[in-house]
Amino acid sequence: MTTTAGSRAVRAARVEKARRPRAEALWGYAFIAPTGLGLAVFYLWPVLQTAYFSFTEWGAFGGHTWTGLDNYTRLLGDPEVGRAMLNTLAYTALGLIGIPLAIVFAALLNRPGLRGVSVYRTAFFLPVVTMPVAVAMLWRWLYNGDYGLVNQVLATVGIDGPNWIADPATAMYALVVVGIWSSIGYNLIIFLAGMQAIPKELYEAASLDGAGRVRQFFSITLPMLSPTAFFVSIVSVIGSLQLFDLVFVMTGSGQSARANPAYGRLQTVVQLFYERAFVTNDRGYAAAIVIALLVLIAGLTILQFRLQRRWVHYV
Amino acid sequence: MSDHRGSDHRVSDHRGSDHRVSERRVFGVHAVLVAASLAMVAPFVWQIVTSLKTLSSATRVPPTFLPEGRWDNYAKVFDLLPFGDQFVNTVVMAAGRVTGQVLFCSMAAYAFARLRFPGRNLLFGVFLSILMVPPQLFVIPQYQIMSSLGWLNSLQAIIVPGLFSAFGVFLLRQFFLGLPRELEEAARLDGAGPVRIYWSIMLPLARPGLVALSVLVLLWAWNDLFWPLVVNTDPEKMTLSAGLASLQGQYQTDYPVLMAGSLIASLPVIAVFVFLQRQFIQGIAHTGSKG
Repeated sequence: MTTTAGSRAVRAARVEKARRPRAEALWGYAFIAPTGLGLAVFYLWPVLQTAYFSFTEWGAFGGHTWTGLDNYTRLLGDPEVGRAMLNTLAYTALGLIGIPLAIVFAALLNRPGLRGVSVYRTAFFLPVVTMPVAVAMLWRWLYNGDYGLVNQVLATVGIDGPNWIADPATAMYALVVVGIWSSIGYNLIIFLAGMQAIPKELYEAASLDGAGRVRQFFSITLPMLSPTAFFVSIVSVIGSLQLFDLVFVMTGSGQSARANPAYGRLQTVVQLFYERAFVTNDRGYAAAIVIALLVLIAGLTILQFRLQRRWVHYV
Repeated sequence: MSDHRGSDHRVSDHRGSDHRVSERRVFGVHAVLVAASLAMVAPFVWQIVTSLKTLSSATRVPPTFLPEGRWDNYAKVFDLLPFGDQFVNTVVMAAGRVTGQVLFCSMAAYAFARLRFPGRNLLFGVFLSILMVPPQLFVIPQYQIMSSLGWLNSLQAIIVPGLFSAFGVFLLRQFFLGLPRELEEAARLDGAGPVRIYWSIMLPLARPGLVALSVLVLLWAWNDLFWPLVVNTDPEKMTLSAGLASLQGQYQTDYPVLMAGSLIASLPVIAVFVFLQRQFIQGIAHTGSKG
C-alpha cells in the first residue's frame, strides 16, 4: 500500500515537473516574441534579401530582374569601387593611431591620486556625445582654407596652410584627425575600465622589486590591457570601415560633392553605397557593394583574430 | 599627507628627492592632460564664438576672438529649416526607440538569462549573429518595407525598426546573468509566475543596466544619420541630423549660421550627458566588457 502511495506521489511530482517546464518554455517564447519577430522582419530577412538583390538589376520603375553575377563582375572592374575601398582602408589603417593615443591618455588619467580626472575625462568625452553631423560642420569651418582657425593659427608662425579637406594631398589626413578626435574619448573610457580591473597587487609587487612607473606600464599595464586593446581594435576597424556621416557632411553629396577636388580621395564605400542605392537608384549594384563591404569586414575581423595570438595575453 | 611626507624624510634623503621627482612628474602629467583637453574643447569654444558673429566678422583675417552677441544667427536657423518640427521628430524618435528597446530587449534578455526552453541557445546564437552584420545590409529591404507600408516621410519610419535590437538583448542578458537568484527563488515559492518575477523583481534589480542601455540608445538615436536621411526626405519630417546635413549644400558658406545650427542640434544630448555622466560612462564601459 505504502509503495503505491509513494509511487503515485512520485508520479504526481513528475507530472508537475513536466508541466512546469512546459509552461516555462511557453513563457520563454512569449517573452522573446516581440524582439524575435522584429529582428526577423527588419534585420534577418533583409540580410537575405540584400544578398538576393545583389544578383539582380533594378529597372527605372522599381522592378528587378535576375542577372546572375553581373553586378559582381562590374564591381571588380569599377575604378570608383576600387578607389572607395582604398580610401576606406587608408582611413581605417590611419585611424588605428588613435588606439595607442587613447592608451597613453588613459594611463595618465589612471595615475593614483591624480586630481581633476573627471574634468579631463569630460573634455575627452565631449566629442563622443556630439552629433557627427555637427562635428563635421565644425571641422569644415576649422579647416576652411581662407578663414579657418587651423590656418589662422598656422599663419602666426608663418605657415600658409592648404585648403585641408579640398586638397587631395591633405584631405585624408585631415579626415583621420577628425575621426581620432571624435572617438578617442570612447576608447579612453574602455581602456580606463580595463586598467582599473588590473589587480593592484601586481603593481605593488613590481614597485617592491624596484620597477618604476614607466617600466610598470610596459611590463604590467600593456600586457594586462592587451585583451581590451584587441576588443577596441576590432570595434574601431569595423566602425571605420563603415564611415559615412563625417565624409558625407564634409564633402557633401551629388553636384556639390563632385565640385570638391579631393572628393576622389575621401569617398568611402558606404558613401558610394548610399549614392547607388538612394541617389541613382541602382539598388542591385548597391546591394553587391554592401555585400563586398561585408566580406571586407569579415575578412579583416578574422585576420585580427588570427593575429591576436601574437600579441594578446590572456591571464 | 603631512605625516606621510614626514615619514619619507625619516627614512632617507633619497626618498625625499624621489618625492620631488614625483611632484615634478605629476606636474608634467597635468601639463600633457591640459594641452590635450584644450585640443578637445577648443573647437567647441570656436564654434560658440563663430555662432555669435556676423559673416563678415567671422571671415576677418586675422580673426577676432571675442563673440559679438549676434543671436540672430540662431533665429536664422529656424528660418532656413523647420527646426522646431525637426526637434520634435528627433525627440519622439529617440523616446520611442528608448522605450521600445528597454521593454522588448529586457523581456527577451530575461527569457534568455533565466527561463529554460528548447532552442534557447540556438535562438540566442541567431540574435548574436545579427550583431555581426554591418547595418548597411538591412537598409534597402527596410526601405522597401517602409515604402510598401506607405510609411516614407513618417515618424513610424524612423522609430519602428529601432524598437528592436540584438545589442540591447545581449547587454541586458549579461546584466541579468549577474543578478542574484535568491529573490526570484523566494518569489517563485510564493507562487509568482514569470511575468510577476520579470516585472516586480528583475526589472527593479536591473535598473542600472536599463539606464545604461537607455543612454546609449538615446545617444545613437539622436545622432543617427543614414536611416533618417534615407526614409524621411521631406524637411518637415526630417530629424535634426538629416536637416542639418541638408543645409550644407545650400548654405555651405554661411558659417556663423551653420555653427549656431550644429550647436543647438547637438546640445540636448550633451546636456543629458552632463547630467547622467556616470551612467553614460558605465554604459560605454559595459560595451567594452563583453570581450
